Amino acid sequence: MYRYDKYDQAMVDTRVEEFRDQVRRRIEGKMDDDQFKPLRLKNGLYLQLHAYMLRVAVPYGTLNSAQMRTLAMIARKYDRGYGHFTTRQNIQYNWIKLAEAPDILADLAKVEMHAIQTSGESIRNISSDQYAGAAADELIDPRPWAEMLRQMTTFMPEFSYLPRKFKIAIIASAEDRIALRWHDFALRIVQNTAGELGFEVFAGGGMGRTPFIAYCIREFLPTTQIFSYLQAVLRVWNRHARRDNIHKQRMKILVHDLGQEEFTAQVEEAFEHFLSLGEDFPPAEYDRIAAYFAPPAFEQGLSDEIDLSDPAFARWVERQVVAHKAPGYAIANISLKPVGGIPGDITAEQMELVADLAERFSFDELRSTHAQNLVLPHVKKADLYTVWQALVSAGLADANLDLISDLIACPGLDYCSLANARSIPVAQKIAERFADPARQADLGELKIKISGCINACGHHHAGNIGILGVDRKGSESYQLLLGGSGDEDTTQAKIAGPGFDEDGIVDAVERAVEHYRAVRSPNERFIDTYRRVGMDGFKEAIYG
Amino acid sequence: MAESGNPTPAATEQFSAGLRFRDDVAADEPAVSLDAFLEQEEADSVRIEAGEDVTVLFPHLSRVRLIEVDFPKFRDGRGFSTARMLREAGYTGEIKATGDVLVDLIFFMRRCGFDSFAPDKPIDPSDAEAALTRWDNVYVPAADDRVPIWKLRHG
Repeated sequence: MYRYDKYDQAMVDTRVEEFRDQVRRRIEGKMDDDQFKPLRLKNGLYLQLHAYMLRVAVPYGTLNSAQMRTLAMIARKYDRGYGHFTTRQNIQYNWIKLAEAPDILADLAKVEMHAIQTSGESIRNISSDQYAGAAADELIDPRPWAEMLRQMTTFMPEFSYLPRKFKIAIIASAEDRIALRWHDFALRIVQNTAGELGFEVFAGGGMGRTPFIAYCIREFLPTTQIFSYLQAVLRVWNRHARRDNIHKQRMKILVHDLGQEEFTAQVEEAFEHFLSLGEDFPPAEYDRIAAYFAPPAFEQGLSDEIDLSDPAFARWVERQVVAHKAPGYAIANISLKPVGGIPGDITAEQMELVADLAERFSFDELRSTHAQNLVLPHVKKADLYTVWQALVSAGLADANLDLISDLIACPGLDYCSLANARSIPVAQKIAERFADPARQADLGELKIKISGCINACGHHHAGNIGILGVDRKGSESYQLLLGGSGDEDTTQAKIAGPGFDEDGIVDAVERAVEHYRAVRSPNERFIDTYRRVGMDGFKEAIYG
Repeated sequence: MAESGNPTPAATEQFSAGLRFRDDVAADEPAVSLDAFLEQEEADSVRIEAGEDVTVLFPHLSRVRLIEVDFPKFRDGRGFSTARMLREAGYTGEIKATGDVLVDLIFFMRRCGFDSFAPDKPIDPSDAEAALTRWDNVYVPAADDRVPIWKLRHG
């Protein structure tokens, strides 16, 4: 994976000192909270209901064991012994003291990590495929481009006070594992008929209270022109977005207001201009970064056999293990969704165990996923049983990847000052209702996503079943949505009907699921059944 | 091209009187609105409000000495694009940031081509100097002559 050189290191070290100075000026009263707020947000610090929350960037979801151990240390030293992986592959801590935040950032900088631009109206951490460099189906490892994007979007002078946040994702496979088209700006690495690599570019996606699926703004962009193109998109948006209503300032709204054709035309005009400046990154810089992502030294001649005589292990392998590009190796998914747990939460002890496993069995590499799980990307098939046993001992061996209990949920009203309703108890109750592994396996792939307010951090728009918490006359109420997808067949979920209370929503989910079981074709996924039969039958089953 | 590591030069006037990073004599006529400027052929100073289209000024840049770019709120980042576009169009006169200009913005403003500052509220001189000299290097090019890190890596 990428390692900082002296320049990268100096950038994060200087950033720590800058933020230390800003905190000092705030504490000395030299700036008011209104002025300080965007500065702390650009360093990952939110003010939540009970304390500050710090969101640490996990660039394109890649971590090594030393970084994971530092994340564990931070959980123990500055927080309450745990952290929470987010839907954009980052990790956040919920109980942070402002005065200690500069020290945390300094600890992160020692292992080449930071919290730069993880919040606020900035270009956020770059999302990428958690299977990058390992997936059997990828065209090329997308992470060198993700790292290029990280550097080119860090401290862009012109785009440091954008209208709103801006989220970028990049993948290099046909299967979409990162909700590509729900991003403001998304790249899929493709090959043209001449065999050259380029980007298929999508723009204007986003969830929130006004969801839009990104449209294809350009079918093929030469990779060497990405800096010019990205600046063109940002300039059009920065200049023309509304500034009078924070809910109307995301780029998706401008795309909608101008229309895709006009937005595309303006971007192309600005792109021509930026190209003429001749400021694009040279191929040598790509080559330099790509060298860090050279495949690890996979052993040759390994067997692909896995001893599945232990039935519990066999169930885990079947659900959690994915094909690897190298013979004799596998990708192992680690569930952070134990039944009754908080989706994405992980204790310091579990982080350390996972760090050990990465070091011993996965070429020192770990990944975080947008579905709030972890991945050991390069495990020898012969080592899977040992890895599994260690995960069992740490309570990390649930076999529920993409099943009904693999829920995505935002922190909700338990933590978040924006929330209207709690998300975590609903996630826990649904997981408990469907706890029986046989029942989950029978239901197959079924992605439930829960948000505690219309800002949609829990991706309810993209849920096969989405749940949206709202405030209804002072009490928490939950709306049920059906038919969303964050995969390559991206769709936006639709509201089924009137809302429910906390127990009522669990019952409603069960009625929807039972209707699916009743009408599905053999081996048909929930989402495919929904698309085939439509909303009406589900509505009838849910509301009677 | 400036060598990397050179701190941004100190302001040529006292910070407390606003900041100006130019050696020439400042324009003495008050800046007029964009509409007025387009009507008044003798005007050489113009003021751009947030949201106004700076490109209409491009055919007239040769007669301009001062362009004020207003920041109604410090969070409104449109002025950054305005200034950089003026520099990209070849304008070499003064670009002054006015309004809600905070010390934590001025490094990026300098990089976008602003070379004078007249904030609503005075900026502490030592804070300003720290902000402008803090960063030894930069990742990306802008409207100044700072050399981006990728160029330093590859010569």
